[in-house]
Amino acid sequence: MSAADIYKELILDYYRNPRNFGKLERFDISAHDTNPLCGDEVDMQVRVGDGNRIEEIKFSGKGCAISQASASMLTELAKGKELGWVKTLSKDDVFKMLGNPELGPSRIKCALLGMKVLKMGVYGYLGAKQENPED
Amino acid sequence: MQSESLDLDRVRADFPILRRRVNGKRLVYLDNAATSQKPKQVIESLNEFYSNYNANVHRSAHRLGEEATEAYELAREKVARFVGSPTEQVVFTRGTTESINLVRFAWGERFVRRGDTVVTTLMEHHSNIVPWQLLARRKGASLKFVGLEPGGTLDVGSLERLLKEAPSLVAVTQCSNVLGTVNDVAKLCAISRKAGAATVVDAAQSVPHMPVDFSQIGCDFLAFSGHKMLGPTGIGALVARKELLEEMDPFHGGGEMIREVFPDHSTWNDVPFKFEAGTANIADAVGLGAAVDYLRSLGMDAVREHEVGLLRYAVESLSRVKGLRMYGPANPERRGGVLAFNLADIHAHDLSTILDEDGIAIRAGHHCAQPLMEWLGVAATARASFYIYNSNDDVDALVAGLEKARRIFKV
Repeated sequence: MSAADIYKELILDYYRNPRNFGKLERFDISAHDTNPLCGDEVDMQVRVGDGNRIEEIKFSGKGCAISQASASMLTELAKGKELGWVKTLSKDDVFKMLGNPELGPSRIKCALLGMKVLKMGVYGYLGAKQENPED
Repeated sequence: MQSESLDLDRVRADFPILRRRVNGKRLVYLDNAATSQKPKQVIESLNEFYSNYNANVHRSAHRLGEEATEAYELAREKVARFVGSPTEQVVFTRGTTESINLVRFAWGERFVRRGDTVVTTLMEHHSNIVPWQLLARRKGASLKFVGLEPGGTLDVGSLERLLKEAPSLVAVTQCSNVLGTVNDVAKLCAISRKAGAATVVDAAQSVPHMPVDFSQIGCDFLAFSGHKMLGPTGIGALVARKELLEEMDPFHGGGEMIREVFPDHSTWNDVPFKFEAGTANIADAVGLGAAVDYLRSLGMDAVREHEVGLLRYAVESLSRVKGLRMYGPANPERRGGVLAFNLADIHAHDLSTILDEDGIAIRAGHHCAQPLMEWLGVAATARASFYIYNSNDDVDALVAGLEKARRIFKV
C-alpha cells in the first residue's frame, strides 16, 4: 500500500473538515490524552442521554491527519450508541472505519488515540476497570 | 557546492548502512540530529574489542585486563584532545543526558541553595531543562529562561537581565537541535562566569559537526553524546574543570569510584574515576575513540564546511517548495546542519510517513523541545539534519518527496 492509499480523500476530508469538532457546554464525560511520542492531542466530551446513550459527542485536538480524522470519524460512529458499545470497540473497528490503511507501528498509535480517549472517558464514567485502553 | 576537502564517495563507502534499501529505495538518511550512522571503522573496533581483548579495566592484573585498560584510557585521551581538554577532565557517561544529570546531582545538590536562580534558555532540548526543573524544585530555587529574538537567536539582553540576579548556574546549548542556531557560547559563558554562575554547555549538536574547544569556550561543564558523532549508543562524556570535579560529590556510589571503603565511610578515587562507578562501558568508549579518529582524519573544518554547503543548497532548494516554512536563522554560516520546517497544513508526521515510502528518513514531532515549539507557535515540525555522508542528491530526494506530499495532500 502506498502513502497515497493511506491519505485517501476520506481521511483528508475529515482532517480538513472535522465533524463534531469543538466543545460541549454540558457534558457528562470528558477525557484527554496525548501521544507523547509525537505530541498528538485529543479531547473527547460526551453528553449521556436516556438509556446510557451517547446523546452528544464532540472532540478537539491537534495532530496528524490520521489521529484527527480518526477521532472525528469515531464521534460520528459513536453518536446515538449505548456506552456499552464503546467498551466493545476494537482496534480493528477503527482500522476498518479508516478504510484499512496499512500503518506502521508508530502511526498505529495515531489512529487509535481517539478510541483510547473515548474509552478512558466512558470507562471512568461507568466506574469500570479498563484492561488495556488500546485493545 | 559541496566541499572539495571532503571526499564524499570515500566517506559514503565507509558506511555499510548506506547500502541498504528502504521500501526498495536508496536510503536517504536525514535524521542525524537524532543519531548518526556508524562507519565500518567504528563497527570493527567493537568487534575487535570483544574478539581480542575484552576484560574489565583498572583492576585486572592480567594481559587482557591491561590491554582493555590501555584502550579505554586511550579513548579518553582521544576524546579529550578532540575537544581541547586535559585528559583527566573527561568523565565517560552514557551520553549528554547523563552528563547533565551528573552536574545536576553531583554539583547541584552541593552548590545550589534555596532561593537561588538557575538559568536555561527557551531553545534547549528537554535534557537541558528537565534536570534543572528537578533541581530547582528540590532545592527551592527558581528556574528562569533566556528568551529568543524573532529570528531564532538568543536574546542576550534577557540573559544579561537574569545575570543581575546572580544565578548559581547558566545552562545553554551550543547548537539548537531544532533551529540550528549556533550560540556564541564563549561570550555567553564569559558574562555568566563574571556574574558568578557556573556554566553548562550542551554540545550534543556541536561536537559532532564543528570544531569545539573546551578551553576556548571557557565553560565549567561541556556535555555530549557519542552516538551523534559516529560512535556507539550508550557512551558520551562530561568535560569539566578539574577543580570543580574535585570539589563535587560523587554521582553514583559503587566500585571503581572509591579509594578506600570502611563500614561507616569511604574516600573517593581521583577524578575522573570518582564519577565512573561500576564497570564502565568499555567497548563503546573504545568505539567512540574510533569515531574520533575517523572525524579527525576528515578534519572538523572540512566536516563543518561540508554541512554549511549542504545547508545552503537545502535552504535554496526547499524555499522553492510552495507552502514550505523554515525555522531558524537564515544565514547558513550561523547555524548547524539541522533544518526544521512545515509544509502547508500537512502535519509533520504525515510528511514523515510519505517521505519514508521513498526511503527518506526525517524526524517529525516536537524534537524534545516543547518550550521552543510553544515559542514557534507550532505543535510539531519536520526536521532534516545532515552529516558527512549526505549529498546534494539527498536534498534533491527530499525536495521530490515534499512535492509528492503536496500532490497527495492536494496543496
